[in-house]
Amino acid sequence: MTNFPILSLTLFIPLIGAIIIMLIPRDQEGAIRGTAVFATLVSLILSIVVFINYDQSLGGLQFIENIPWTPDLGVSYALGVDGISIPMLLLTTLIGFSSVFASWQIKDRVKEFFILLLILITGVMGTFLTTNLFIFFLFYEVVVIPIYLMVIMWGSSKRVTKEYAGMKLTIYLLIGSAFLLIGIITLFVKSYMLTGIPTMDIFELVNIQFSTSFQVFVFVLMALGFGTLLSMFPFHAWSPDGYAGAPTAVSMIHAGVLKKIGGYGIIRIGIFLLPEGAQIIAPIIAVLAIGNIIYAAFICLSQKDLKYIVGYSSVSHMGYVLIGIAALNLISINGAIIMMFAHGVMAALFFALIGNLYDKSHTRNIDDFGGLAHQMPKLATGLMLAGLASLGLPGLVNFVGEFTIFVGAFGTYRVLTIIGVSGIVFTALYILRTLGTILFGPRREKWDHLQDLQGVEMVPLLVLGAAIILGGMFPYVLMDLINNGVGDLLAQINSIQMGGIF
Amino acid sequence: MDITLLSTEILVAVLGLVVLVLGLTLPSKGKNIVGGFTIIALIIILINAIFSYGIEANLFNGVYVIDNFGSFFKLLFLASGILVMLSAKEYTKQFAQRSSEFYSFMVFALLGMIVMSCANELMTLYIGLELMTVSFYILTAYLLNDELSAEAGLKYLILGAISSAILLFGMSLIYAISGTTIISEIVANLRIEPVLITGIILMIGGFAFKISVIPFHMWAPDIYEGAPTPVTAFLSVASKAAGFAAMLRVFVIGLPIAAFDWGFILAILAAITMIAGNLMALKQTNIKRMLAYSSIAQAGYILVGLIAFNVYGLKGVLFYAMLYVFSNLGAFAIATSVEVVAGDTQITSFNGLGKRSPFMAAIMTVCLLSLAGIPPMAGFVGKFYLFAGAIQAGYLWLAFIGLIMSMISVYYYLNVAKAMYIGDAVDEKPIKSSFSTQVVLWTCLAGTLLIGIYPAPLSKLVQSAISIFL
Repeated sequence: MTNFPILSLTLFIPLIGAIIIMLIPRDQEGAIRGTAVFATLVSLILSIVVFINYDQSLGGLQFIENIPWTPDLGVSYALGVDGISIPMLLLTTLIGFSSVFASWQIKDRVKEFFILLLILITGVMGTFLTTNLFIFFLFYEVVVIPIYLMVIMWGSSKRVTKEYAGMKLTIYLLIGSAFLLIGIITLFVKSYMLTGIPTMDIFELVNIQFSTSFQVFVFVLMALGFGTLLSMFPFHAWSPDGYAGAPTAVSMIHAGVLKKIGGYGIIRIGIFLLPEGAQIIAPIIAVLAIGNIIYAAFICLSQKDLKYIVGYSSVSHMGYVLIGIAALNLISINGAIIMMFAHGVMAALFFALIGNLYDKSHTRNIDDFGGLAHQMPKLATGLMLAGLASLGLPGLVNFVGEFTIFVGAFGTYRVLTIIGVSGIVFTALYILRTLGTILFGPRREKWDHLQDLQGVEMVPLLVLGAAIILGGMFPYVLMDLINNGVGDLLAQINSIQMGGIF
Repeated sequence: MDITLLSTEILVAVLGLVVLVLGLTLPSKGKNIVGGFTIIALIIILINAIFSYGIEANLFNGVYVIDNFGSFFKLLFLASGILVMLSAKEYTKQFAQRSSEFYSFMVFALLGMIVMSCANELMTLYIGLELMTVSFYILTAYLLNDELSAEAGLKYLILGAISSAILLFGMSLIYAISGTTIISEIVANLRIEPVLITGIILMIGGFAFKISVIPFHMWAPDIYEGAPTPVTAFLSVASKAAGFAAMLRVFVIGLPIAAFDWGFILAILAAITMIAGNLMALKQTNIKRMLAYSSIAQAGYILVGLIAFNVYGLKGVLFYAMLYVFSNLGAFAIATSVEVVAGDTQITSFNGLGKRSPFMAAIMTVCLLSLAGIPPMAGFVGKFYLFAGAIQAGYLWLAFIGLIMSMISVYYYLNVAKAMYIGDAVDEKPIKSSFSTQVVLWTCLAGTLLIGIYPAPLSKLVQSAISIFL
């Protein structure tokens, strides 16, 4: 079993699914949907197998695959997972699987939709599995274009047109990625000049001692690139518009996992390869994080469109992740990773349910709704679950993340953390007010025709809801794994950087 | 002297003449076979060229060289010639009686390019250049009933002649101070004098015109728009590659950066080209003008590799020139097919292509994204080489400009995708593509994706081609 390429299989099954769908005639929509379900299900099961079989006592990278690809650029097809990437992998496959069911009602150009969706899922997964910077960037960019096409073809135009939303999202992310790419190339060229061996493997680059000024320069570039992706204030403007314009599945994947590539990248590439740079830039990121938490939460208070509320709230929540990362210690980074997982499932569930509601009612304005719990009890349960998770109710997985982050960050940034914690209050305010308005109160006759969740529509609620509750009840299952991964990462930095800086 | 060393050149020249004569002698019905005949003959020549790759020789006392660098470009020109002619088969029907001459001029242009890439002497290079450009003057004006085409032909003739004169003047100044026109011998006889600088700058001006670098780009949009679409395709891919091939040989071997630091002049030109080329492309509504500005911007990227003047940069130039064949010709092949059906070249005529022909729309998207440098398409790897070279040479600012502008360029490429996928089509009829077009499209798709996903083979080929500079 040791040589079985389980990661490649997990990664490429959705892509193979996409190729099979290309060959299916376009009128056989059932077969197309079935293929998509099957591909994402296999991927989900394989990722759970990886999760269970990962040997925590050994730690480090496991399930390694490495094939030299383009030697003169230092590119090798290198896959491997550790305690940091496994939660992200699980998150991707969970949301990927749910997003297929959340797209069940797509009627127009079904074939193209599922092809693009599966390519998108492959791309996101690839970034978490590879340890080669070139491959990482390749997979990251692979996702941007399918998203654009999906937004313009199946998106919705409410406050902004879908063309505008799609283009804004794409150009923002691409310009961010240009900075990231310059960072990656600079890192590659510098390491090549220092050692004479072209390599882009993260675990080989980490052995090279770069000068502090160089580290700061590259870290700034990476923080810009990953920060844009993570919707770091003030580079967040794409996110609410983009989510509002996007079809449900894209919003789910985008808010759920794609954003997390930013956080994952800062930790895995930024902090790991450039610890001294991270040390110097981190306070700036911490301040911007407060911008995220407070500013976005305030905007949420005045929003009327459900998708904008969740969009801005996800910007706000990314502030927690950022401050966790910026505190640069074991506990806070643990918290940031579990928060990324928690926010991923929560945001995906939110978008899945909002998408469902919007498809049936054709409105997302909260003032149009009221008393929906009468007509749609299951949907109401789901929204309450996501909402309570969002405001960090103990017992749900988000609480674990927020608590850990604040415990970890408090030692480093006392004032900022206290301001950050107040974000929870604002979150509670806008979430409870929104959910109260749309779900509770007297029954409104005009919504009597709405059908509650049924059949396949239940799948996202069950899968993601289960993840939220189980993650909250048994946080140690994930936490031990993450702690293991982050511990390794920090230990490796400390052993290489003489004297240790953490 | 072994005459077989020149087999590619001789065969291409003979082919051009035979096609010309066939066009005159065959009865009008038989002329239909001329296109197919030319393509098959070129494929045979290409196979011959592939097998003679790796042979090195100095001919005519160093005037003409056969080396990997020249052979690489021979393959590139032949491949692009074949692809253009295949995609032009439907289009040439409107030339009626004159289609055989069309193929003949294409072949002569091809011969000019081959001579340019192998010439190791300034005059030979110039003759190759003129053979190519004169053929293009005629080809550009080939749509006799179209005023735009006639205007384009005349414009190209006047501007092209001026730029050739400038180039020639530059060459004569270099000859004046070095006493030789053999490129590889120039450097030994160079003296640093104001005349040298003037000569270099004039030559930069002449070459910059051929590769359409701003501010020598004015001709490109009008001529690209007016010329028959296959000619535009050939002009934008092969003639540009030929310009770069000649420029590389002259500047890297003959006038290395140690003699006079022309890198900085070119860096400024490249920066302006990348910025302005992309910005002007944003506004275009005509696909050919859009691709013209995009190809101006692409020239800026490629120039970065020459400026970098190191292994990664030079590899990048050749790598990019090769992938540009597939990506750009794929886009032009679809533009040609759409033009044949829709009758015009506005981007709006792409509306609804996603429904009318999902296959063509998908390939168009892939090719355009490759031009924009989005992985996993080939363009990304090419840009990686070019800008890795630039950063290594200390031109970090150039990499910033290049990469940010290439992300901005995604805007206008995606506008085409937008038209194809959500534009309202006037006509919902599916577009059927002919067999030859399909061959071109599959080749371009395969080339663009394979080079992007597995760049190692091309990278090796390019490495052997630039070995003459190391």
